[in-house]
Amino acid sequence: MEKRYLRRGLALAVTASIALAACTQTPATSPAPSASASTAPVARGAGGDLKILYWQAPTILNGHQSGGTKDSDASRVILEPLAAFDNSGAPIPRLAAEIPTVANGSVSADLTTVTWKLKTGVKYSDGSPFSADDVVFTYTYMCDEKTAATTFGACENVKSVTKKDANTVVVTYADANPFYLQWGTGTQGEILSSVAWKDCLAEKAKTCATDQKPIGTGPYKVREFKPGDTILLDMNENYREATKPFFKTVTWKGGGDATAAARAVFQTGDIDYGWNLQVEATVLRGMATSSTTGDLKSVYSNSIERLVLNRADPSASLGDKRSEPDTKHPYFSDKAVRRALAMATDRKTVAEQIYGNGLTGRTSCNAWNGGDAESKNTANLDVCKFDLAAANAELDKAGWVKGSDGVRAKGGVRLEMLYQTSVNPVRQKNQDINKANWEKIGFKVTLKSVDAGVFFTNTSPDGYAKFFADVEEFANSAGPPDIASFFNDWTCKQAVGKANNWNNNGNERYCNPDYDKIVDQLRKEADRTKANALAIQANDILVSDVVIIPLINRTSATSGVSKSMKNVELSGWDSEMWDIANWAK
Amino acid sequence: MGRYVTRRLLIAIPTLLVISFIMYAILAISPIDPLSQFGNDPRVPPAARENIRIALGLDQPWPIRYVKWLLAALRGDFGVSFMSHSSVSTLIWQRLPNTLAVVGVAYIVGIVVALPIGLISAVRRNTLTDHAVSTLAYVGFSVPTFFTGLILIIIFSVKLHWLPFLYDSNLKVTDLSSLLSQFRQSIMPIVVLGLFDAAVLTRYVRAEMLEHLPMDYVRTARAKGLAERAVVIRHALRNSLIPVVTLIALGVPTVFGGAIVTEQIFHVPGIGELLVRSIGDGDTPVVAAIVLIFAALVVLFNLLADVLYAVLDPRIKYT
Amino acid sequence: MATTTSQVRIGVATQEYKRPPRSLWADAWFTFTRDKLAMAGLAMLALLVLATLIGPFFYERPVGVIDFEKALLGPSLEHPFGTDDLGRDLLGRSLWGGRVSIAVGIIAVLIAISLGTAIGAVAGYFRKADNPLMRVTDIFLSLPILPLLLVIIFLFREEVARRFGPDVGIFIMIVAVIGVLNWMPVARLVRASFLSLKNKEFVEAARAVGSTDRRIIFSHILPNVLSPVLVAATIGVGGAILTESTLSFLGLGFPPDVPTWGRLLYDAQNFIDIAPHWAIFPGLCIFLIVLSINYIGDGLRDALDPRRKI
Repeated sequence: MEKRYLRRGLALAVTASIALAACTQTPATSPAPSASASTAPVARGAGGDLKILYWQAPTILNGHQSGGTKDSDASRVILEPLAAFDNSGAPIPRLAAEIPTVANGSVSADLTTVTWKLKTGVKYSDGSPFSADDVVFTYTYMCDEKTAATTFGACENVKSVTKKDANTVVVTYADANPFYLQWGTGTQGEILSSVAWKDCLAEKAKTCATDQKPIGTGPYKVREFKPGDTILLDMNENYREATKPFFKTVTWKGGGDATAAARAVFQTGDIDYGWNLQVEATVLRGMATSSTTGDLKSVYSNSIERLVLNRADPSASLGDKRSEPDTKHPYFSDKAVRRALAMATDRKTVAEQIYGNGLTGRTSCNAWNGGDAESKNTANLDVCKFDLAAANAELDKAGWVKGSDGVRAKGGVRLEMLYQTSVNPVRQKNQDINKANWEKIGFKVTLKSVDAGVFFTNTSPDGYAKFFADVEEFANSAGPPDIASFFNDWTCKQAVGKANNWNNNGNERYCNPDYDKIVDQLRKEADRTKANALAIQANDILVSDVVIIPLINRTSATSGVSKSMKNVELSGWDSEMWDIANWAK
Repeated sequence: MGRYVTRRLLIAIPTLLVISFIMYAILAISPIDPLSQFGNDPRVPPAARENIRIALGLDQPWPIRYVKWLLAALRGDFGVSFMSHSSVSTLIWQRLPNTLAVVGVAYIVGIVVALPIGLISAVRRNTLTDHAVSTLAYVGFSVPTFFTGLILIIIFSVKLHWLPFLYDSNLKVTDLSSLLSQFRQSIMPIVVLGLFDAAVLTRYVRAEMLEHLPMDYVRTARAKGLAERAVVIRHALRNSLIPVVTLIALGVPTVFGGAIVTEQIFHVPGIGELLVRSIGDGDTPVVAAIVLIFAALVVLFNLLADVLYAVLDPRIKYT
Repeated sequence: MATTTSQVRIGVATQEYKRPPRSLWADAWFTFTRDKLAMAGLAMLALLVLATLIGPFFYERPVGVIDFEKALLGPSLEHPFGTDDLGRDLLGRSLWGGRVSIAVGIIAVLIAISLGTAIGAVAGYFRKADNPLMRVTDIFLSLPILPLLLVIIFLFREEVARRFGPDVGIFIMIVAVIGVLNWMPVARLVRASFLSLKNKEFVEAARAVGSTDRRIIFSHILPNVLSPVLVAATIGVGGAILTESTLSFLGLGFPPDVPTWGRLLYDAQNFIDIAPHWAIFPGLCIFLIVLSINYIGDGLRDALDPRRKI
């Protein structure tokens, strides 16, 4: 059971958002990828074996059938998208010759048509040529419902992908898409060979042998793959850049847990790259700072660990109506209670003690983190400041009176709370800290932790979607940094309930027409500055109305990298492996 | 006896059918959902999840899925893993050697250690040897394997750098040096598991021996002037073996089932690790296949134990 | 003087005559109290139980107070067991959590061995019952534990919680689940011993004098199969204490902030090289429980051993 901690919070972002694209116009906050290119290795295959450890072992090598980050990362070493995203969120061409923009005429003014020019002379690892047909084939494959691709989300609003000539494809969106790099990029955009996958369309996708031994254009190719265990890779002799990749072979080992992976990088030095080392900060810091073999490398994007306040009534006595959006939570419908809870949440201590102050996460009081769409207004809000006295005063003022047992009540409603999250040592500590503070202002808190495989389902009564509790804690996977889609989760339509088979994303069951209006505008806004302003408005409502209590902006990659490694650039908006062709020793 | 064995083998068929049915029902009702992978991933919208559910056939009622699965399994086809899209038999075959090399060897080590130690402990009851062995055994089963494993790793891998703790399943034993590597990478998990098994078994051997040493027939044997060694081994031990055989037979299927915790700590890609991950992922075809094979082994080895009882104690008769 | 003596003598004699023969159990208790190790085990168990029951009233450090200034301190006068990474006092937590651990360990094991012994005895003694009961055992041995647990939780938790209240409900679920999933080896062991013993001379003799099946099972065979059952019990207690902590990860156990020994041990594992005290004390507690149960078990076996009475 213990293996599944933290699987979900980690994430990769997929596509560039308008905000992040805007970001690149200002000086980039992280080293530009060109910097790594200048120190590129001189000879292909000059290095020996690159050892990578993922404590969740990859089980399939096709990003479109990925069962999680482990699979999209592993397949990215072999398969490439049209464009990747660096850590500033800027798109970097991969199979594309250049990034389409309105300015260079490749994107129509109405933001519906995107023309991608492809690199010429690119070959697959088996020597066969890459062409526009493969891009169109990839569209046919992933956007067919029957293929049941996990990347199907990137097909939303895509009307067609057609071949203009051997090296040009046109992506057409049904509606104006301010986020026009949606299809064909990042973790959801791996281009598949139309020859290798020709027998894998529709129903046949679920039994496709090529998914175990893919042929791609990426820097490495598969020699042997044992699902759930190891991948042995060789350099791709046909890789389009003559001097890359540096390593002759890659050994990709899977299994164990995050602590063991950290040991292998920092203590024994057995491993060159260890993935997702989100261990308790005390342990991780101890290992990383005293290590002679490895360094900790982390990047941030929009992954936010949040406390979700149930607006519906989770009382068991309601039977079928339990936590349905049309019910009202007995005390969270009182804004004063929500505000008091927020003021009694000590995100600074959590960040310092549990996330090591930047080691695996940093404080945040915003729903959206990253780029110019990140609000600067929230820092001064009283709900973002830890103040138990103010929290107590807020409840006193609203008429919630402490009983003899220290629990506040009003009109027969007691502030008794069930606070649930997934099983994960870090989250259980957050629970302990929050419980201690919340009980100081007159809540009675019962904790519950549920195995991640059960928690993140829409079917289980212990799951986060049915939400038969008052407060729950989880983080979103970072991405896609498509701001409009991100904020869409809190619109009235998205409220989770029986009507949508608990499949929607609005776990809060929140409904505010003013908020919906802002998001509607945001979904149509092509102007970056205006879109950012709208996003900030939406964010500020979520925070000041205490729809969620943002806790920690978590690192979206937390890796242990051997001190001998060079050019390892991670990205919070794409797969950690987005730039593996440049890695060297 | 022959008739008894035939009858038992025939009964095994309905037994296994019942087991497979109950197991499938449990997996179907269980709240673990293969789609929980995508729980809070905004890149996988409800529509995509629904597609996957249909493609995996999860939209059909489970009794229908069970019948389909059973018909295929009877032909030896365990289907394709939801997660890796590769055939379940391939996955199991890939892992079986690792499990046997670690868990199997550890089990043999455990038995080989436990039999003589339990025997000596019983013969020298309440001596220093007995107390030392017993105390070690208590430590053995009050400390969980995740702890012993961790302590070994910290001592031998982290501090001393003597042994690796990442098991390499691609290592092929062809010569002396690769045999040495295999030994180095499997010694820690084998010790952890072997000692645990030994700790448990020692107690039973000791207890059974104590039970039989004062028996009349042992006294008779002694009175006949047989050497103490012969008395202990030929008379007392033989009769003490019945419970020991029971336990060993119960243990063999669990060898196949793998040692979940130890496999995970030492990164041994064994069947236990596969089973637990597949349960967590809701990968029903893999879980169902492993459980069915496991059940077949349980039935088979319990039958074997029953046959052995009759060999060890001629008074036990079956009809 | 002489008369008094003789009177006394006569008195004694008549008293001895009148006193009913000591029952099997009184006799066993007599033997048991003479066994030093067994009494030491009993004393140790009583001490642990008392410490966890009344300890928290005397040792008044609150178990839940977080203080990062005092995180991961080793044992000291102020914190005899040291502190955890949130600066909570580990002695306080061990005392508090020990209640659950001891109760779960002992009761779950009692359920498992009673169930196992009953099924094993019936299967081993009555030939007709053997096959059906052993096939049920096979089924239980074969089913995958983890999904089974989840299904049990899913089906029965609400019901049990409603009937017995949340805390007692959880406790009942835990001990029932651990008990129900661990009786099979005991049943196989007991049955094997019954198969072997029921044809032995002393049983045939008992049968010849017309003893009922019930009497043969309880008075003649059962005392002879106690050894493996008691060993199973001792091994089971440690296992049950550890299993309890795993159950809470499935959403079945006590809330994650109830510091049971298994839970403490589990939480301590990542800190084993920087704060070994965190793991050592709960580990030691489990060890002492196992040890004391074992000594008691050994004493009990000797006391009930039919051959020892001579």
